[in-house]
Amino acid sequence: MVLRMEPGNKQFKDRVTELSGENVDLCFQCGACSSGCPMTQEMDYLPSKIIRMVQLGLEEALESNTIWVCTTCFNCEVRCPRGIDIANVMEALRQLVLRNKYDRVNLDELSSEELRELPQIAIVSNQRKLTA
Amino acid sequence: MTRLAYYPGCTLKTNAKNFEDSTIATAEKLGIELVEPERWNCCGTVHSLSTDDVMHHLAPIRNLLRVEELNNAGEVDSKQVVTLCAMCYNTLKRSNAVFNEDSDRKKKIRDNMYKEEIQYSGNVEVLHYLEILRENGWDKVKEAVVKPLKGLKVAPYYGCLLLRPRGIGIDDTDNPTVMEDLLEALGAEAVGFAYSQKCCGSYNTVHMKEVVADLAYKILKQAKEAGAELLITACPLCEYNLGPIQSEVEKRHRVFDSMPVVYFTQLMALAFGLGEEAAAFSGNEPDPRPLLREKGLLEE
Repeated sequence: MVLRMEPGNKQFKDRVTELSGENVDLCFQCGACSSGCPMTQEMDYLPSKIIRMVQLGLEEALESNTIWVCTTCFNCEVRCPRGIDIANVMEALRQLVLRNKYDRVNLDELSSEELRELPQIAIVSNQRKLTA
Repeated sequence: MTRLAYYPGCTLKTNAKNFEDSTIATAEKLGIELVEPERWNCCGTVHSLSTDDVMHHLAPIRNLLRVEELNNAGEVDSKQVVTLCAMCYNTLKRSNAVFNEDSDRKKKIRDNMYKEEIQYSGNVEVLHYLEILRENGWDKVKEAVVKPLKGLKVAPYYGCLLLRPRGIGIDDTDNPTVMEDLLEALGAEAVGFAYSQKCCGSYNTVHMKEVVADLAYKILKQAKEAGAELLITACPLCEYNLGPIQSEVEKRHRVFDSMPVVYFTQLMALAFGLGEEAAAFSGNEPDPRPLLREKGLLEE
């Protein structure tokens, strides 16, 4: 089978490469990132699959919930035998969506009691990672 | 007394006041005066990973500039700054690295801070309190102990940002020992467990509380099965996601043994005999005091 990359695919891949600073072509799909990830049970695609999608320039990666569930704990990063900072790739994908004025989380949905209880670092980091 | 700059960060003044109180008291006992810079601001809590981002590095770098000013004014003895929160530590240290390694962004960061009286040099060294303790030597900690935590089985929980990414973390990524060494110096028994470096779910606690509660369940269950009675952490978000969240865990899991979660500095305050004012166990949930009384480490 021949996989053909259309100009749109290349453009998307180049943009992710530029924003993340990572060369996703180094990935050979060993799956170490996915096996160590603490959040996979909540993900539709495994982190290694997201990397594969970026390799192929598939913009569908932006529709995956994986990029929003990622906690940027860098476990994948220390596990990757190819030295890819996978968390940077996840961040680049989130940024591509957030920069179009998208908010994943709306704090108005939380009760005032919940907001009072949460440590500031939880709220600030949540909003930094998941809102425009 | 060595005078050392101390960056608290926001949560140390609220939810994690017990972390701050116990740290200031234990540092003083070890001959370290922690000096807080004036006008510090939030570090931003998470490091910005995209290559074109400049704006989010301003907050952390501005804090480092405050430390430099403190040093220039002769109010501290070095250009080191100590942090407690693992998120602050990570964010300050990584932005400092961006500043020193990326000349283009260094210039942009400086350009954006033109209203400051001095330019940041890049020379502040960001450290975590655990690193200060290790640098000073565990013997110093041992000497300060008046009440060894004999018989207390403690699980050291590192989480993510204290150890990762490589080159930023304070210890070996796969096999950290700094908390184990501290526990040994305090006379407690360190209990290793498989999930000591697994992420607690971090900021997902805001909108995915159930998922984070299930992670806490796994981590605490593992620690308990390994024989631990208590868990220590160095991050206010880990503390929240493993401690107070246990009320949510209890709702979701019928069989669950709760376990107290405290900051490592609180155990230090206890072993140093500094009293409840310093150890501040009343700020923890679940309450660790019944266990500590049972162990004969705390008076009735």
